[in-house]
Amino acid sequence: MTIIVTDGLTKTYGGGVTALADLTVAVDAGVIGLVGANGAGKSTFIKIMLGLLPPSSGSVRVFDLDPVTQTDRVRARVGYMPENDCLPPDVSAAEFVTHLARMSGLPKTAARERASEALRHVGLYEERYRQIGGYSTGMKQRVKLAQALVHDPDLLLLDEPTNGLDPAGRDAMLGLVHRIGNEFGISVVVCSHLLGEVERICDSLIAIEGGRLLRADRISSMTEASDILAVEVADGTDELAAALIERGLAVTREGRLLLVPLESDEAYDRILHAVSDLDLNLHRLDQRRHRVAELFTTKETADV
Amino acid sequence: MSEAGVIHDIGYQRYDGPRLGRFAMQQALYVHGLRAAFGLGRSAKAKIFPWLVFGIMLLVAVIVAAIRSLTGESVLSYLDFAGQMSFLIIFFTAIVAPQLVSRDLRAGTLPLYFSRPLRAADYVSAKFAAMVSAVWLLLGVPQFIMFLGAAFTTTDGVKGVFNELGDLIPGWGYSLLWALTFAGIGLLVASFTGKQAFAAGGIVAVFLVTTPIVGVLSSLPSTTANQLAFLSSPMFLIAGVGQWMGGNFDMELGRFGPIYGIEAVCLIAACLLILLARYRKVASL
Repeated sequence: MTIIVTDGLTKTYGGGVTALADLTVAVDAGVIGLVGANGAGKSTFIKIMLGLLPPSSGSVRVFDLDPVTQTDRVRARVGYMPENDCLPPDVSAAEFVTHLARMSGLPKTAARERASEALRHVGLYEERYRQIGGYSTGMKQRVKLAQALVHDPDLLLLDEPTNGLDPAGRDAMLGLVHRIGNEFGISVVVCSHLLGEVERICDSLIAIEGGRLLRADRISSMTEASDILAVEVADGTDELAAALIERGLAVTREGRLLLVPLESDEAYDRILHAVSDLDLNLHRLDQRRHRVAELFTTKETADV
Repeated sequence: MSEAGVIHDIGYQRYDGPRLGRFAMQQALYVHGLRAAFGLGRSAKAKIFPWLVFGIMLLVAVIVAAIRSLTGESVLSYLDFAGQMSFLIIFFTAIVAPQLVSRDLRAGTLPLYFSRPLRAADYVSAKFAAMVSAVWLLLGVPQFIMFLGAAFTTTDGVKGVFNELGDLIPGWGYSLLWALTFAGIGLLVASFTGKQAFAAGGIVAVFLVTTPIVGVLSSLPSTTANQLAFLSSPMFLIAGVGQWMGGNFDMELGRFGPIYGIEAVCLIAACLLILLARYRKVASL
């Protein structure tokens, strides 16, 4: 199911700053990574989807609704977790999330129930009755996630959810996002400037740079063609290359390595047979899984 | 932090209950704001000042009611009550208005509100209504106590009670005018800063700095200037409106009474419009 469709989406701020330029994507349900360097237009894109900013030109539809004219209906189905600190220090998480549930239109008792459930899902139990001011950064991020989840949206927009977290906290947060996408049945757009981070949990990826679309695709189709076996032998590299070509494998040389595309598991056997037939010393045979990052290497900024 | 394992057991449940409209959200925000004004649902520290002010006002009302019931003499009328308590009302506004608006600015909570169906107009009207109610309760409840004291000791029976009620209702109306003006100005000043202390200082400044101007204008030799002098301070402006509406505050307005009414309406409307414009801008951030 396609949940977000944009067509030539452009946003120019007063003063001539172009935040988004001619963005055309169609995104399927699932966990979606939105990657780009700081200032690439990720937050602008999210705000347009929430109906907080009108697009300068082009169109965007979320669940086939127009955020500009059907704002209420879009927002009722979307949960938003902002990047910045947005929690008051002097109330308890339980009370704060309940209040925001009511701001999403939930009746009083339902709001209270959903708030404690949402907090439990993000992993806050007894702590939820303590004042937010005393929370760690990780716990605060969880409260922010809980308030986005409290009104049971169909789509979560998370702006840099791992910001400010230590490695363990990042893993926990990513695990949580993955579970929301896969077990709760809620689609998630995760904004990040760290590609390596989101590619682990995403089904599809939208990469933008300077407001322009770099690439949008499913992760599987980005990586499937890129699995490669690297073979290294003591000597006789040339003979092995010839033997492999003879066996119908496309071989490329990279220094002392032979790179063979892994089309099926049979490739392993063929290489091993070739090596033993030639009676060579095999030093190394390993699989190189191309990271999505390599697909962008030429265009990427250092930050991505 | 608690780890994931246990969470699985519960399983996520979708919500398919009712989702109320914007009016219900506005109401919820209003109740939340009114509670926050008196520190309910907040820490003990947040309760100190509002309840201190409220306590003093109640005490004054109880004393007035007691004197009334013992001697039958009215020391303080319903209409004079607000004017006599003006410093306490300024103090209360300076504490409560930042609690209602500066706090959300400071904590950055606004994006959470405005990513929901709630609009800037809903937010502003709910906060304004909460502030007006808070200030009105601050005046109206003590006035009601004064009424009870008078009504239970009246010597004229039911007629006396109705006479007293006839005095109370204009007093309540006049308190509402105070509440509207103070809420408008207080919220507007507070909406410009996230620092509660600055906001409180700003509110006190607006009310106190304008008072000497009245004094200066009143001492000018021109009668017109004297009669218009009260326009320059919100507190005197309200009293002027009260005077024009038939109250007795010893103010000489001449033929300019209606101007006081017009300025009061314009002042409150202007505060609300600027607030709305301000939050329209904040909402699109």
